[in-house]
Amino acid sequence: MSWIGEFSDCLRTGFSEWTQRARIGKLASYPGIGLRYGIALALLLGPAWDLRSAEPPTPPPAKPKVAEKPTPPRSSDLFTSPLPLKTESRIDRLVMAKLRPLGIQPALCSDAVFVRRVHLDLIGIPPTAEEARAFIANPDAANKRKALTEQLLSRDECSVYRAMKWGDLLRIKAEFPINLWPNAAQLYHRWVVDSLRQNKPYDQFVRELLTSSGSNYRVGPVNFYRALPSRTPEGIASGVALTFLGSRTEAWPQDRLAGMAAFFSQVGYKPTSEWKEEYVFWDPTGSHAIAGNAAPGRPSIAEIGTPFEDAGLAATANPAAFPKEAVFPDGTKVTLSTDRDPREIFADWLISPENPWFTRAIANRVWFWLMGRGIVHEADDFRDDNPPSHPELLAYLEKELIGAEYDLKHLYRLILNSEAYQFASVAGSTSPEAEALFAAYPMRRLEAEVLIDAINRITGTTELYTSPIPEPFTYIPQGQPAVSIGDGSITSPFLSLFGRSARATGTESERTGQVVSGQWIHLLNSSHIQEKLENGPGIKALVSAKRPVNETITALYLAILSRHPGPEEIVTARAYCGLGADDKPDQKPVRPEHWNDLAWALLNTHEFLFRH
Amino acid sequence: MIPPNPPIWSLPTHPNHLGMSLSRSIDRRGAMQIGLFSTLGFLGRGGAMGSTPPAAPPDAAAAAKKTKPSAKATTVIQIFLWGGMSHSDTWDPKPDAGYDYNGPLKKFLSTNVPGIQLSEWFLELAKQADKYSLIRSMTHGNNGHETAAYLVQTAHAPGDRLAYPSVGAVFAHMKEQEYKGSLPPYVVLTKPQGRFSEEGFLGARLKPFATGGDPNASRFEVEGIVSRRVADARQEARRDLLASLDTLRKSAGDDPLVRASQAARTEAYEMILGKGREVFDLSKEKPELRDRYGRHTFGQDCLAARRMAEAGVPYIVINYPGGWDTHSNHFQTMGRQAPQLDQGLAALLADLHDRGMLDTTLVWCCGEFGRGPKVDWQPPWNGGRNHHGKVFSVLVAGGGFKGGHVVGASDEKAMEVAERPVSPTDLLGSIYQLAGIDSKASLPHPMGLEAHILPKDPGKAPSGGLLTEIM
Repeated sequence: MSWIGEFSDCLRTGFSEWTQRARIGKLASYPGIGLRYGIALALLLGPAWDLRSAEPPTPPPAKPKVAEKPTPPRSSDLFTSPLPLKTESRIDRLVMAKLRPLGIQPALCSDAVFVRRVHLDLIGIPPTAEEARAFIANPDAANKRKALTEQLLSRDECSVYRAMKWGDLLRIKAEFPINLWPNAAQLYHRWVVDSLRQNKPYDQFVRELLTSSGSNYRVGPVNFYRALPSRTPEGIASGVALTFLGSRTEAWPQDRLAGMAAFFSQVGYKPTSEWKEEYVFWDPTGSHAIAGNAAPGRPSIAEIGTPFEDAGLAATANPAAFPKEAVFPDGTKVTLSTDRDPREIFADWLISPENPWFTRAIANRVWFWLMGRGIVHEADDFRDDNPPSHPELLAYLEKELIGAEYDLKHLYRLILNSEAYQFASVAGSTSPEAEALFAAYPMRRLEAEVLIDAINRITGTTELYTSPIPEPFTYIPQGQPAVSIGDGSITSPFLSLFGRSARATGTESERTGQVVSGQWIHLLNSSHIQEKLENGPGIKALVSAKRPVNETITALYLAILSRHPGPEEIVTARAYCGLGADDKPDQKPVRPEHWNDLAWALLNTHEFLFRH
Repeated sequence: MIPPNPPIWSLPTHPNHLGMSLSRSIDRRGAMQIGLFSTLGFLGRGGAMGSTPPAAPPDAAAAAKKTKPSAKATTVIQIFLWGGMSHSDTWDPKPDAGYDYNGPLKKFLSTNVPGIQLSEWFLELAKQADKYSLIRSMTHGNNGHETAAYLVQTAHAPGDRLAYPSVGAVFAHMKEQEYKGSLPPYVVLTKPQGRFSEEGFLGARLKPFATGGDPNASRFEVEGIVSRRVADARQEARRDLLASLDTLRKSAGDDPLVRASQAARTEAYEMILGKGREVFDLSKEKPELRDRYGRHTFGQDCLAARRMAEAGVPYIVINYPGGWDTHSNHFQTMGRQAPQLDQGLAALLADLHDRGMLDTTLVWCCGEFGRGPKVDWQPPWNGGRNHHGKVFSVLVAGGGFKGGHVVGASDEKAMEVAERPVSPTDLLGSIYQLAGIDSKASLPHPMGLEAHILPKDPGKAPSGGLLTEIM
């Protein structure tokens, strides 16, 4: 047996088992699936009307061989909407303009897919069963998606979830390799969450990050300068370019980096007598580099102006050695003077609407966060030889963001209300070209934090999050969602296994969406997950309520997959429980653990594991 | 270029150092007369402190002829003593250093290799010093747990632009093509280390698989593989149920991510339901052998590691169950843990040797640093030892490393390197070489950045080069 196994039978089944057993009359009467949707489905299925009298599936044998049971016809109908595209918004016209010539006709996602998708993308957790049920049943097809988007954008979880993404980019982590120290990491994170809560304009958010001075324990944004892989002027410039210009300086000519680095040549760091407290400040005299001058408790600033005695440090400490000139990445030169912090000069250039990169970089990033792929891809790799797939679209988003005075929620609304965001993930072409042109919403594995939060909510359980360094160990109160943990050093084996960002470099790719066998082993068979399913109150409550079997199956589907089961799925689930197709009162599974197995199976579907 | 191995007695550092510690040993213990030949060790088992039976000198001629290690390491077992085990209380004892340094420690053992002494807790390892060598001049100077752990296991300086993968992940990456086993290529017993992201930029696939569970329990429940809760028949029924309810996958099966995920799930089931899991069934071993390894978690970790090595797993880490970060309660903790380390490690080396596996199984054991040789008697430490990265000890065995040698030396109080510094680059470079891995090879970086297994420029860190004297 090889370590890379062959694909299982599952891959070979699929549509081959397409059967026409769907009984549309039953589907239409199914709780929660409205008549309108039922009829629409019926029209799509056409001849299925004739099969009303089809025989119910044969009762299962002693050991249910469910794999051979029929699969739902057109399972994608669960995931796509019958409504036609309108292509009205500017975004949609620009996206469709690239798809039409290729003959690609995307489909819209179903309401059930949308309610789950938009919850995951905005607040980092799937809808509750009730939220999903209510949204799907809401008859106001014209407005309900927009209304839900608006409601989610105002929820506090939205700020918290977005702060998690910023935490990756800003490298909010107490320990190795960033070493912010726990209370500084907490303060930094709180500043980010608060900024998002206030919907602080993005240009202001960035300016505060780049120009703040003060203690790492008191002024959250100064930690930006402490959370960089390198504190040399070049290292700082490199981090700033990656984070705010979406550009990797590895691909830059050396003089461009040196020119930009000059803006950061006067950043000073000095400790205080408080353990691991550190001031970040504008240090035009180079005082912090004088040996002994920045020792804890020493009045460093008082010594500014005294002659430099340490010849070894003179080169770095001597303000005469500081660059007199700095160059913006666009080639414009500025003379640095001692009466203005060069960080401010740079920040003002950076956030100016005329800056060709700044707005584009964040617009592209927001697009990437929501659409799974940047217009410039990867989202932090802007360079001449990596052109945008839709230049006009990027320019449009840029213009909109400037017009909205850097209100990022404006961009969120534009994108989320577009049809392009609401394309089905399963329809359309499978060509790589189509993927790059946003023909479908790309399927992506849930982030580690989102995944465990969803599992915990469904099963009614909690996790232990700790950091073993520094001592004494940090423990987070049980019940706090993983997405809200500010400090990347506070973790759990699950978060690490599922590729939470190591927050070492600030690149988007540091968070991995790979699915590897070790993760499956954990999901399929670990005591960690089994314990939650078997002993957590969540599933117990769902399956112990006195109600017909089909309602319990529906409750499990709504809780775990945020949708109603398809008719064939009900048949399959019933068969596994040793029950025939007819839902009679007082039925129950042959063995109680059948319920647990069903919940387990739903939790291990790709539909649960992925955003789709 | 690697020079051919010179005979041990021609090495400049060894006679000197050995002469020093030998004379002390003779003075203190009145041990038998020894010659340099016997520093090569002998192959018999048994022997004990102070009463080493006369050893047949090894075939010196044959040893001298061997210019290159014929055996290459195919499996590595790394025993990581996280927290940092004291070197001066264990494998680099300084009997004359006095109470301020040695505290209550008074007994020092001779070993079956004359000239090599261990502290009193290593009764079993003392009987088989011929099977391993001790590096007593390991140094990186770093005293932070996570930075030092990173240094020891990557050889890259922390704070570099990149966060490198650990030696285990690199090993698994380089052996990925040839390894055909059904277990993951990089396994950790039983908990991940958690000091840094071991897979680095190599991706989730090379993350170490942590077994969880306790191999000393009546059943070693390897997290996700060996489940007490779900019998095989139910496991199979569930798998079929999942296949038929995985509705979205049936529609989206062509999606490359979904396809890769499905393949990974199939792989996972090979571990959950396949033969691979039998490796973890320690009840297949004779009770006497399990006793020899020690009926404690670390002992059975070692036994499980041997079974995995037999199954061909390329890289196995035992993270010592219980730390060595003995700032306080130092001597109590040492008195409890060191004998268990001794028992498990000695049994592992003997067992590998008995099975003819020691030639191809490389074992290395150390923490991220040593501990301050001078005891800190002040409150709140009250007789503790602090971090010490300037010099510490590493035990290496098998896989092409010769046994019975001491590499380098610390000074008389075990504070600094006295002879032949060994840097993390020297140690890992030697391990890579024995495993046939070109340590200059580049590693794939997701952003296309230049990254090599070992640093291209080792910098100014003290280094004595590859461990050719024991390879």
